[in-house]
Amino acid sequence: MPAVDRARRALVTSGLLAATAPALAQFRVEISGIGATQIPLAAAVFRGEADAGVAVSRIVRADLERSGLVRTLDVDQELDERSAVDLAQWRGRGVDALLAGSVTRLLDGRFDVRYKLWDAVKNQELLGQSKVVLAADLRLAAHRVADEIHEKLTGERGVNATRIAYVVRAGRRFTLHVTDADGEGGQVALASPEPIISPAWSPDGRRLAYVSFETQKAVIWVQDLVTGQRSMLASFRGSNSAPAWSPDSRQLAVALSQAGLTQLYLMPAGGGTPQRLTRSNGIDTEPVFASDGRSIFFVSDRGGGPQIYRVGLDGDAPQRVTFAGSYNISPAISPDGTQLAFITRQGAGYRLMLQDLKDGTVLPLSDTQDDESPSFAPNGRLLVYASRVRGNDVLMTTTLDGKIKTRLLSISSGADMREPAWGPFGR
Amino acid sequence: MKTSLSKPSRALAVLAASALLSACGTTRLAGDQSNASNLATSTPVPTAASERSPSAQPSGAPQSSVATVNLGSGAGAGGATSAGAAALLALPSQRVVYFDFDSFAIKDDFKPLLDGYSRVLSANRGKKLMIEGHTDERGGREYNLALGQKRAGAVVSSLKLLGVNEGQVEAVSFGEERPSTQGTDESAWAKNRRAELKDR
Repeated sequence: MPAVDRARRALVTSGLLAATAPALAQFRVEISGIGATQIPLAAAVFRGEADAGVAVSRIVRADLERSGLVRTLDVDQELDERSAVDLAQWRGRGVDALLAGSVTRLLDGRFDVRYKLWDAVKNQELLGQSKVVLAADLRLAAHRVADEIHEKLTGERGVNATRIAYVVRAGRRFTLHVTDADGEGGQVALASPEPIISPAWSPDGRRLAYVSFETQKAVIWVQDLVTGQRSMLASFRGSNSAPAWSPDSRQLAVALSQAGLTQLYLMPAGGGTPQRLTRSNGIDTEPVFASDGRSIFFVSDRGGGPQIYRVGLDGDAPQRVTFAGSYNISPAISPDGTQLAFITRQGAGYRLMLQDLKDGTVLPLSDTQDDESPSFAPNGRLLVYASRVRGNDVLMTTTLDGKIKTRLLSISSGADMREPAWGPFGR
Repeated sequence: MKTSLSKPSRALAVLAASALLSACGTTRLAGDQSNASNLATSTPVPTAASERSPSAQPSGAPQSSVATVNLGSGAGAGGATSAGAAALLALPSQRVVYFDFDSFAIKDDFKPLLDGYSRVLSANRGKKLMIEGHTDERGGREYNLALGQKRAGAVVSSLKLLGVNEGQVEAVSFGEERPSTQGTDESAWAKNRRAELKDR
């Protein structure tokens, strides 16, 4: 077993024994599956990270492994970004890239995080950066380091510095959590004695819309995450739910039952009069905007069982999108608009599927039976979803080919973890 | 994972921890300062003139603090009982209508019950009810919220047909979020597919 995995197991064990640990058991990242090409990257412990109290190099390694990009190896020397390294020797050990860095406390209490990434194959420096941050932002700095490396190696933006929102029910308490994309550093945005469902990030990542039952019915609220200020967006007669932000942040699509049956409406983001969007004799719900903001995907049972449809905001009739099976719900659209993730009912189980909107092919992404709420990462390369593994509710991420899966967070039976929503770029 | 804390204390511990994490700085960093650097040059060390001691903390909140809103423990499930209601007739004691799987049709068994409700409400025009629809746990949450709404709506339609005023009844839904019975078998599911008639 590689040293990295041994270290991980030790961390999990020590976490479980802590008597005053919070109710959520936060497992270290467990990654299953084999990616196509994984770059062997040797990563040294950053000089000074132990004193700083944040294992920056470990966070960077876990981030890069979770993306399926690299497999990491320990470095048995003390190196930092200023070290003279013998790249040929590293190449000889089967290493393609080498990472070393430092975390230095400055006089004003902030920290200077520096690193260098070497290419052992081309025998050159690839990347060198320095950033000065508050102690409380050291985790975020580590995620940004991982993003910079990800972008250098792939040309694409990484999502390691993004955040995920989700809901936990423990007994009669419901909490809305916001956590780093690796599941760590979670903070509570809302604690309530009544259910919370359907969190939705504003495009700027500053607000969450969600449905709360605190007034004994489903009402849509919008809350500023930094200040905690919140206001009701929709509290009409009946149920108000399924909020979805337009890409330009100016309006939300919502599901309202004020006309009797649950139908879709558009509402200004600051509140106001809803404008009806769909008219059917069935249930229309779970709207989600396409990235260009010009059409909305949604769920409707106008044809019998629930299926996914797409309607343009220009007034054309909705077009059906899913055709296999009798129950297809919870659509999520990739940022480039080409992929649709959803949940299908197969027998007694509910399974995560991916449909290519260009050619219609459908791929099952999981082999679990209790999948819910898929949500795309903002670079379109990963999905987060809720599931149940061996009786425990978990949040999982998966690559779009279904091959690399990560168990992000896990809680024991008796509590319930659901409704993950992946936040946007740019914190 | 076993801990020695009871559930409410654990929740408080989580909230306390998160309150500590959300710093209350009056200023925020504009953003971290990444320098594309040639690392062979000397290290720039910013020194704040007034803060020389190693233990001093700079002002400013971390970049991504989240403020916690705590709604308290609540009054528990259930609508308020109408205080001092001088009902000429008492409402039926049976408060729940049950439904078949995937159905929102009112079964014949429940028609006499709804008759009873309509008589009381027609004689007491100030009396109001909230009709709460529910589903069993199977399926998606938003779709189930809408199915529960259909069940509550069916009860409201029946009551209106029997003479109850629109303003006396509102249909709402809890979907699968408030089961009356825990369990993953048909006997539990059947008890959760329901509409509850509550005082408003």
